[in-house]
Amino acid sequence: MGLLVSETKFAAGSRWLLLHAVAVFAFLYLPIAVLILYSFNGEGVGGFPPHHLTLDWYRTLFADGPIWDSVLNSLQVALAAMVISLAFGVPAALALERAQFPGKAVFRRLVLLPLILPGIITGLSLLMLFNVMGTKLSLMTIILGHGTALISVATTEVFAGLQKLDRAQEEASLDLGANYWQTFWRITVPNLKLPIIGAALLIFTLSMDEIAVSFFLIGRNNTLPLEIWGRLRRGITPEINAVSTIIFVFSLVAIVLWYRLRMRGEGAADVSVEIVEAAEGHAV
Amino acid sequence: MFSRAYKAAVTLPPLVWVTVFLLMPYLLMFCYSFWSVSASQTIVHSWNLANYGQLLRVDVYWQTLLRSMWIAARVTIFSLLLGYPLAYFLSFYAGNKKDLLYQLVIIPLWVSYLVRAYAWKTILGSDGVLNTLLQYVQVTKHPLEFLLYSPFAVVLTLTHIYTPFAFLPIYATLDHIPRNLVEASHDLGATPGQTFWKVIFPLSIPGVVAGATFAFVLSLGDFLAPLLLGGPSGIMISNIVVSLFGAAYNWPLGAAISLCMLVLVVSLLVFSERLEKKWGFS
Repeated sequence: MGLLVSETKFAAGSRWLLLHAVAVFAFLYLPIAVLILYSFNGEGVGGFPPHHLTLDWYRTLFADGPIWDSVLNSLQVALAAMVISLAFGVPAALALERAQFPGKAVFRRLVLLPLILPGIITGLSLLMLFNVMGTKLSLMTIILGHGTALISVATTEVFAGLQKLDRAQEEASLDLGANYWQTFWRITVPNLKLPIIGAALLIFTLSMDEIAVSFFLIGRNNTLPLEIWGRLRRGITPEINAVSTIIFVFSLVAIVLWYRLRMRGEGAADVSVEIVEAAEGHAV
Repeated sequence: MFSRAYKAAVTLPPLVWVTVFLLMPYLLMFCYSFWSVSASQTIVHSWNLANYGQLLRVDVYWQTLLRSMWIAARVTIFSLLLGYPLAYFLSFYAGNKKDLLYQLVIIPLWVSYLVRAYAWKTILGSDGVLNTLLQYVQVTKHPLEFLLYSPFAVVLTLTHIYTPFAFLPIYATLDHIPRNLVEASHDLGATPGQTFWKVIFPLSIPGVVAGATFAFVLSLGDFLAPLLLGGPSGIMISNIVVSLFGAAYNWPLGAAISLCMLVLVVSLLVFSERLEKKWGFS
């Protein structure tokens, strides 16, 4: 922040803005800092100042079977949800951009609704569906839940990509005798590589962290957030801080990867803004 | 240029999937809300308005709904108060640090929701970080008990979580304001204050509406933060729904409350969209 002051000339009023910005950043990062710091605290959670810095909690964590089982479950769920969301989200974006059909406006709203709807409504309505169909709750029901809710992310991303796409290439491909299937795989998909990879990463991260929908669709096997939730209800242990720190580091790596990817796509708009706008119902 | 077969091939699969896994569940929720539970705990498929009558008659339901809306309203106001000046600072004053600072606002979004809520618990608890710090520097002798297990804790945590959501659309609208409008206002003799209130702020209203909608809707439906940090006085409407679907076993009543929330959320979305169109420019 110090650099910022010296590099930019500030009017009197903007000094307050700078102070405010510093305060907001402190507010946003305080819990994250506490979390990381106390994962090394020998005295358990809480207490100030932290002392007896130790790696014990990480050791406990690595020896903790149920946590790693839940990590494996979460990875399976996230990968499967990613496949479902892309398999239906990409065609949905194509349909919204290229086809006219009755009920299109309703369809658009329905697809995007889970983005803004509190997770409890999505989770409960699916719970009722599975109950009526007699489906037993398991990781499969969580996969269906995540896959369905996150179609919205794939559709928004790919739709934004489609609008920047020049149709001439697809037209040329069709004129030169390629069929639609070949054109789709050889022209459309390669041109949408960035939005598709971006969406895939985003869906994966969101699914790994999702809890409100999973909360209602859980069977016997826990996902990682639900495993953490179960332990939090029993009491606080710094082991949770340790696992959270590790997740944080992994998310950071995913974010950096993702931004570098976006940097390569010229003039790519920010995905978070696209998603916010789509959820509000005007980008798509 | 696209044949009918192509259009059908891209339209039908997502249409069918969305019908089965989104539309049908919502319709089912609608149906459930008119059914009831028998004494032997089975769902009775007889249509009546008893659940909705109960919502109006039993104080705890509508009082909790009102309290949830009040908590969500406070979260919205605080998120805007934190997010707007920050967005304004980044867009107009941050110079070449703009992109970096922008990413710094986004990064906390990628830290697990649960983990951040839990971090606040370790900060606010009676032997938590804040209380022991306050005693360490001798501001208080005894831990402050009101910090955790209160609506205060819920509002604080949800504000922390939804401030970036409020920030994003505000920043997007501010950043799209043509800078020559601002210069024109200065050249024509307006003070910085006048320029802000008469030029910049009105143009940013669509972003404010979008940010406010996000913060309000998402915090209204939250049930994890209240369970973790709210205590008995911080219970929100979704917590009641959770218990109706769990131990209390009254799915139809739970469905009726959820449907009220769904209707509230969707009408808010439609309303905010209208508002944004009215104030928007492009």
